[in-house]
Amino acid sequence: MRSAKELNELRAALAQQLAERKRAKPRIIIGMGTCGIAAGAREILKAVLREVENRRLDVEVCQTGCIGMCQYEPLLDVQLPGGPRVTYGSVAVKDVPRIIASHVMGGRVVEELAVAQMADGEPLVEGVPTYDELDFFGRQLRIALANCGRIDPESITEYIACGGYAACAKALTEMTPEEVISEVKKAGLRGRGGAGFPTGLKWELTSRTPSDKKYIVCNADEGDPGAFMDRSLLEGDPHRVIEGMIIGAYAIGADEGYIYVRAEYPLAIKRLEIALKQAREQGLLGENLFGSGFSFDLHIKKGAGAFVCGEETALMASIEGRRGMPRPKPPFPSVSGLWGKPTNINNVETFANVAEIIDRGAEWFAGIGTEGSKGTKVFALTGKIAHTGLVEVPMGMSLREVIYDIGGGLPAGAQLKAVQIGGPSGGCIPAELLDLPIDYESLREVGAMMGSGGMVVMDQNTCMVDVARFFLKFTQNESCGKCTPCREGTKRMLEILDRICSGDGKDGDLELLEELACHIRDTSLCQLGGSAPNPVLSTLQYFRDEYEAHIRDKRCPANVCAGTSAPYQINAAVCIGCGLCVRVCPAGAVSGERRQPHHIDAGSCLVCGACAAKCPVHAIAQGA
Amino acid sequence: MGCICGQDKQSMQAYLQPLQQVLNRYAREERFLVPILQDAQEAYGYLPAEVMREIARSLNISFTKVYGVATFYSQFHLRPRGRNVIKVCTGTACHVRGGGEVLKAIQNVLGIEAGGTTPDLEFTLETVACIGACGLAPVIMINDDTHGRVNPENIKSILDGYRQPVHTEVAAG
Ligand SMILES: Cc1cc2nc3c(=O)[nH]c(=O)nc-3n(C[C@H](O)[C@H](O)[C@H](O)COP(=O)(O)O)c2cc1C
Repeated sequence: MRSAKELNELRAALAQQLAERKRAKPRIIIGMGTCGIAAGAREILKAVLREVENRRLDVEVCQTGCIGMCQYEPLLDVQLPGGPRVTYGSVAVKDVPRIIASHVMGGRVVEELAVAQMADGEPLVEGVPTYDELDFFGRQLRIALANCGRIDPESITEYIACGGYAACAKALTEMTPEEVISEVKKAGLRGRGGAGFPTGLKWELTSRTPSDKKYIVCNADEGDPGAFMDRSLLEGDPHRVIEGMIIGAYAIGADEGYIYVRAEYPLAIKRLEIALKQAREQGLLGENLFGSGFSFDLHIKKGAGAFVCGEETALMASIEGRRGMPRPKPPFPSVSGLWGKPTNINNVETFANVAEIIDRGAEWFAGIGTEGSKGTKVFALTGKIAHTGLVEVPMGMSLREVIYDIGGGLPAGAQLKAVQIGGPSGGCIPAELLDLPIDYESLREVGAMMGSGGMVVMDQNTCMVDVARFFLKFTQNESCGKCTPCREGTKRMLEILDRICSGDGKDGDLELLEELACHIRDTSLCQLGGSAPNPVLSTLQYFRDEYEAHIRDKRCPANVCAGTSAPYQINAAVCIGCGLCVRVCPAGAVSGERRQPHHIDAGSCLVCGACAAKCPVHAIAQGA
Repeated sequence: MGCICGQDKQSMQAYLQPLQQVLNRYAREERFLVPILQDAQEAYGYLPAEVMREIARSLNISFTKVYGVATFYSQFHLRPRGRNVIKVCTGTACHVRGGGEVLKAIQNVLGIEAGGTTPDLEFTLETVACIGACGLAPVIMINDDTHGRVNPENIKSILDGYRQPVHTEVAAG
């Protein structure tokens, strides 16, 4: 790309081509993110191709990334010339012929399968809500995810046609690096990788370090259990991340960059490889971009399976080919990073916000969110929630709004107990604090953390001690072993939790846990150890009674910890005598006449919990 | 691949041939150690000691360094693995949606524990912290395929889809 003018001309031509394509033929678009494929999108694609071939239809079949409605996967969109784009959800192979016959060939929308429609500048059809009318979308504000699920992520032309790389052209041809940094600072963008460090300031620090060589790195190691924002972004709109990186590289004066992606994300890696190749072909990566004299190129590095490599100094060690172990800071990467050169590391989502800031200006961005947290945040909403999926909301929205208004609340029968935010570095927020605004500071105050954006909803059947143990087991397993507090301390904490969960907790265990937690938090080398105790501390703060029930009464209030030794009992007033418990009990401990209240023999009960899990009327619980 | 100690130089050379092809793709620099190990594992299915030794020699770094890196990352394996690798997600969302039951069911069907390989080298079973497909929990990954919304009942039929067919169908040819 030799100039901004050339890009403008290309965009106009591509947009026209795209519009003509839409006018010429019906389009069938299939959601092909990892989630979609896992739900069977490949079979749907095959069925569509078969149908198109059998009926000799003249249609365009294309793919898109994840739009965030995981619970409706697989998704299939149909757009007729001059019509809106209609999304069908939970599509089965057997539905494909019907959708094609009725909608594609007959022009009649199959209303009972349609989830929503996108106007796309065309008149709407009746009987199907628009995306904005759905609670799930209407309350979101999509900046980073704007294109996800709309464009074909393997096509640079679609990205350019909807305005892509314009911000890059503007930054490189109309702005100095200082101006770019100042704009990002004014916007108030903070890192989306966890800690929330101001991005503009980080860029400034790196730009001020004199050096003959600098690097820019994108952290796509997303290893937090319960998080998939970065994967969806890379799978759904890779060019947006690349564009953000080019602008960042220009600002700090880097001519080379790396994207460090987890090996567990093969589709994200594939789409990035395609995107990089296309960007090089279009002259958006390489020498003398936009005639500005600035040159830049990017490499992909595959991670090799170590959570700690998400930590920036460990990540750099890993890129250098060594074991991914963190080192003390300072020196910070902005001073001494990859191969000792100044290096700027940002998260995928951080980079995904940059182009819009340059395009629409810092003021626009700073107008969204709260005083200290600007813009939006993407969350992976999962667990016991009606609408699982990926949502992007303005900072400052309350948890209640996200969970009930957007997520549709919990499934029938489930009561909200806690929300886990921030993965293994975060904490559990109890139902009483649902009106908490989501921003960096508020979350930190209640003992959680923005983290990368996993949001797991838990109901009354979730044991908070078990959850704490789950996360600690994770961090203990992923501890790199370099520093003692993290290596040994998390192990000791886990032993105590194991003991409590198996009904062998003793008096003094909770105090010991707290003491260990504080030492580990304060003395670990990196934030893996530094934040590892958070899930334990936050559950101890809000759910101490559950720990005490395990220790004192040998009882798990949520009936999860099988080892707590109090045998199960049947509430005779509730029991309907269906006999399901008799059938599942491996020890033959349950007896009773049909349609009469049953009884569990305390001596033979193994406390496995199988009966309680099966009971349709919740009549079975552990005795005190 | 069987034991190769005590074999002559020639067969050793033949054994290391696939590795040479991998090495030729990279400059002989330490920073390519991880990708070289990744490609070598792809070629051999795992990382035999001889292969790591040759990598150390060719990059001019110590064997300990190669061994240290290979054992640091969970992606690398020093023992042969099954033709199909099953990764059961044990992430938070899967955990609260019954991922543990799924793991148990697979262990029952295959008769191996997590971390094990079936004697016929058909399957290796592993757990993984999070696959990042939480919206479809519980999730498992077999090779590069992600399967969502699995349950103990449909596990067997999913696994059967990956078994080597015992009889090749003549008519199909
Ligand atoms: C154990 C550990 C794991 C981390 N994992 C990630 C990760 O997967 N992705 C990420 O962007 N940042 C991760 N971080 C934070 C990075 O160290 C770093 O702060 C971040 O990449 C900076 O980018 P940002 O300023 O754009 O947020 C992790 C930190 C620690 C201590």
